[in-house]
Amino acid sequence: MSTPALRASGVGKRYGQVWALRGCSASIPQGRISALVGPNGAGKTSLLKILAGLSAPDEGEVAVLGRVPDQNDAFLASIGYLAQSVPLYDHLTADEHVALGRHLNRNWDGAGARTRMASRGVPLGRPVRTLSGGQRAQVGLSLALAKRPEMLLLDEPVAALDPLARREFLTSLAEAVADGGLSVLVSSHLLHDLERVCDHLVLLTLGKTQLCGEIDDIRADHRMLIGPRRSPHKAPPGAEVVQTTQTTHQTRLLVRLRRAVLDPGWEVSEVALEDVILAYMQADRPDPVVTAS
Amino acid sequence: MVLYVNRELQNQSLTFSLRPDSGVPAYLQLVQQVKQALRMGVLRIGDRLPTVKEVVAEVAVNPNTVMKAYWELEHDGLVQGRQGLGTFVIGRPAGPPLSTQLELARSLAAWVATARKEGLDDDAIETLLRTTLSQTHMGGTA
Repeated sequence: MSTPALRASGVGKRYGQVWALRGCSASIPQGRISALVGPNGAGKTSLLKILAGLSAPDEGEVAVLGRVPDQNDAFLASIGYLAQSVPLYDHLTADEHVALGRHLNRNWDGAGARTRMASRGVPLGRPVRTLSGGQRAQVGLSLALAKRPEMLLLDEPVAALDPLARREFLTSLAEAVADGGLSVLVSSHLLHDLERVCDHLVLLTLGKTQLCGEIDDIRADHRMLIGPRRSPHKAPPGAEVVQTTQTTHQTRLLVRLRRAVLDPGWEVSEVALEDVILAYMQADRPDPVVTAS
Repeated sequence: MVLYVNRELQNQSLTFSLRPDSGVPAYLQLVQQVKQALRMGVLRIGDRLPTVKEVVAEVAVNPNTVMKAYWELEHDGLVQGRQGLGTFVIGRPAGPPLSTQLELARSLAAWVATARKEGLDDDAIETLLRTTLSQTHMGGTA
């Protein structure tokens, strides 16, 4: 087995008294485009910063391509990281950014970056502050790819983009992976934005990993069971309940299956991936009941 | 003003479309579309499938999804990957010959036309078709 692109076990990160991440574990094989999904405040940005070597975990361990992230050249050369804000020098042109990168990176593919941007219609000679959000995102992606990284970490790159710019960004990303030798972890609070291009999913809620696996497997493992109202604890054998909905007459369970449900009392149907994810997000909501301290 | 986009995909034998909300995994949608193209004679033995990168660029899908679809087709003996050259059609899916397929497609089109004339909408037609399929699966007669 080859080294995973990314491995995290029991990772915790604390800001003051608040744990942004706690019990975060994940493993992602190489060559995938992995979606890092979770509601706002789930710890996605904290995890990406740790993976990029920009901050250290307070507990647990991470490895990116078999190495512990740090600020050494050898590690930094192997990863590309694009922050949510797409940090660019406003008064410089895309072309000047590419030229600048040559001085800062050993294995710089400036020609590839220019070709990539030109093919997406990004004007190379204009200050980047005059570019559209979609064009700035393409510049950020092209610069990150110009390092020829083995692992690309993208923090909410499409959240602010219109649908066409989003599609073009994801196409560029998928094309870069098709060229080989690249693994990607890309975060979003909506899976819907990413579903097409991702084949792997990490779901984070309240700083903890809820799901980590192949999207096709996750889809195949979850089912909706509908039957007459009964005790929710009596789920059929082999089914782990994620979400229970009771009406006066019906019980509806969203379950993770370990094996096929044979009980004819349940009507079994497939569930959309988005519904599976929302169910996990709701299942981990903090209890609304407040106990006096 | 009439505005339309004309996309010429030169040297590409087949185009794909994906429905993310259909519940069918993306790779299976690709497999089904290639099989359908083979059944209908759009693709013939010796034709080259689009490269992984062409499909990725066209429908913004994960490259591994395309590879998985092509492996599945290869496993079924329908296509063959040739190193450095591409993926080529080497077989047809089981089923009656092309002429029979086209004849069945024509008679179904005639049936659909009748159903529409009688006032069934697409949803009703799909439901009817699905019900009929599942009834005949269970051994009943349609």
